Amino acid sequence: MTTSNHEPNRIAEVVETTSTGFTAQCYELYGAPALGSLVRVGDPAVYAIVHNVTTAALDLGRRVMARGASEPTEEAVYHNNPQIARLLATHIEALVVGHGVGDATKYRLPSSSPRIHAFVYCCEASEIASFTDGLDYLHLLTSTSTPAIDEVIAASLRLASECHPDPDTFNIRAGKALATELAGDIARLNAILRGIS
Amino acid sequence: MSTSDNGASTFGVQGGAPLGTVVGGSLSEGVEVKLNDDASVEDIPVGSYVVIQGETKRFFGMVNEVKLAATDARLRTTPANLSDPFVAEVLSGTAAYGTITVRPRLLLPMIAGSDAGLAPARTVPSHFARASKASDADVAQVFGVEDDRHFAVGTPLDMEAVVCLDLKAFVERSNGVFGKSGTGKSFLTRLLLIGVLQSRLSSLLIFDMHDEYGWAGSDAERGTQVKGLKQLFPAQVAVFALDREKAMGRPVKPDVMVEIGYGDIEPEDIMVLRETLNISEVAAESSYSLERHFGKGKWLKAFLDLEGRDAIFELANDININTSALASFHSRLTNRFARLPFLVEKPAQDSVQALMDQLDKGNHVVLEFGRYGDDVPAYMLVANLLTRRIYARYRARQMAETPEKGKSTTPLSIVVEEAHRFLSPAVASQSTFGIIAREMRKYNVTLLVVDQRPSGIDAEVMSQIATKVCCLLDDDRDVDAVMTGTSGSRELRSVLAGLESRQQALIFGNAVPIPVAVRIRDYGSSDSYDSLMRMASHRSARKSSSTNVRSGSASSVRPEPVEGQPAVRKDDEDELFG
Repeated sequence: MTTSNHEPNRIAEVVETTSTGFTAQCYELYGAPALGSLVRVGDPAVYAIVHNVTTAALDLGRRVMARGASEPTEEAVYHNNPQIARLLATHIEALVVGHGVGDATKYRLPSSSPRIHAFVYCCEASEIASFTDGLDYLHLLTSTSTPAIDEVIAASLRLASECHPDPDTFNIRAGKALATELAGDIARLNAILRGIS
Repeated sequence: MSTSDNGASTFGVQGGAPLGTVVGGSLSEGVEVKLNDDASVEDIPVGSYVVIQGETKRFFGMVNEVKLAATDARLRTTPANLSDPFVAEVLSGTAAYGTITVRPRLLLPMIAGSDAGLAPARTVPSHFARASKASDADVAQVFGVEDDRHFAVGTPLDMEAVVCLDLKAFVERSNGVFGKSGTGKSFLTRLLLIGVLQSRLSSLLIFDMHDEYGWAGSDAERGTQVKGLKQLFPAQVAVFALDREKAMGRPVKPDVMVEIGYGDIEPEDIMVLRETLNISEVAAESSYSLERHFGKGKWLKAFLDLEGRDAIFELANDININTSALASFHSRLTNRFARLPFLVEKPAQDSVQALMDQLDKGNHVVLEFGRYGDDVPAYMLVANLLTRRIYARYRARQMAETPEKGKSTTPLSIVVEEAHRFLSPAVASQSTFGIIAREMRKYNVTLLVVDQRPSGIDAEVMSQIATKVCCLLDDDRDVDAVMTGTSGSRELRSVLAGLESRQQALIFGNAVPIPVAVRIRDYGSSDSYDSLMRMASHRSARKSSSTNVRSGSASSVRPEPVEGQPAVRKDDEDELFG
């Protein structure tokens, strides 16, 4: 599925939603933001961290077949089978980590989850810096049982630090916030810290 | 600086550096403060002062324990990768943190500049109250600033603020300076004496065993001589000397050469020497029989004049004493007393009267023992004899006073070194020093005992020592003796153990609102003399501009309390000033 007339940061559309997260289908095949990216959806804004990216057949009843046995390159497979782009789709799964209330940002779950077909936007650097100025959202991330969430946390902090004027200071501040969240689990804390540094 | 509801500024945040928040504890054990990320345990020595800003009260306390803790016990067994500075920085203060235990001791006024007094802390700050290092202003609030009544004795170990002794409280009761040999007891005592001397709250009689206080003293650290009291306050200090040879050998002669008549020595003086001279109890008690036999004032000379065993045997039979005990008693006394030149049959002048004259003039007397300072029995004999007679006179005067006339006697502090010899359990009940220590200020005479073996001092006497100034002590028994009866002695022990071996002391008791470990102020440099004399001249200027403090009249002027001064110990003020 391709489109050409939406805002540049608009990357996906919600197709499944719960109170704690949502799944959105990307407009571009492989057009998902990086793991750990902060995305915004709806108005008033709901913020979420991308924790999983899936690309699979749109029709779950039809398995994707291998088509490149006689093709010289991977690109050639796509070039010679243009229907692939229509049969496949990239989905992102995101965990809600906060929402806007007026001008303020609340680091907690919104009272209602995003609507189906709500547009999903990649946050710009200034928005990321503003949102991650508070680190209470880390509690929502550390308390989920999502697989490999520690990797996601580390990735999101790496991305966020690049948006702050002093990444090192931000990293230490975030590290200390994490240390408070994971006070009783030093092994997990160590793993995340290794992922940040 | 934070602002209270009524707009007035409060100390709180304005004080010292923030340390952390209260997370638990109790009044008896102290409250536990979890340190902030940026506060290192390495910067918070035991004994340092902390102010905790509670919801409605401001607590002043002392750090008595410093601990390292971790949120996860696994951190002990599997330490994090601290080679990564990022990980190390994140973990320090969060997963691995420091805590301190603070014993709240005083309540400070909430409002800066308030003249509300200090009060003992009877409760603890609530959870999450903020703790910060005590600022110099906080310390000044607690220990006062140097004035007529307060003498700067040094600074807290890790601060620049000045710790002042409340001299009025200090001279009211008996005090002690303790510390093992070489820790600067004499140095410290000299400073305390200068403080008392300047305050004019008490006269001093100093039994100067090793010639440390009179004309000049030694400074072991600098290896030089330092000025004694006579050099600093020539008009107020009279030097009495026992050792004519040594005293006459220096440019400035003593004011009085002391001579003791044999007739002045009483059986009680011999009883005090019993342990030191290794005399049996039977033999020592025979001195009472001898006094009855030969007559008061004559017995010792007559006894020492006896020659030959037959004469002693005959006397023993006459007074019904074991002959060998009396013979050994005779030989001990003869050996000891015959070679003391200051013991004479007829003294040229009554030394006790000369001494009393000086004290009555409001002067201070230093009795230098010269070479006899090393002769412990001679030192004890003279100190006990003089003290007994002076004490008797003070007591008689005090008895003659009536409430209508008020008190006219200047309080007297007697400074005695090697105090455990006079105050050991065996002799404390008999020696005049023991009586003074127990009866305290009833008769206007108190003691300043200087000793390296406080465990040798009778427990009853120790319990009457109001202010203890304690340099480093190693022996557990000595530490026990000093700490007995002191609240929070467990934590004070750790402070005491942490003192350096010189120029540091732990002061606790009446003259300070809370125990304090201090670095003793400098003494011996020209700057140090200047600062001491500046305060002295300031004091005398203030005194002369006021009416006579010790006139004893109902209109006598008391030292004005300084604004913002602690209002503790207002009790018994009339005791001193009438």
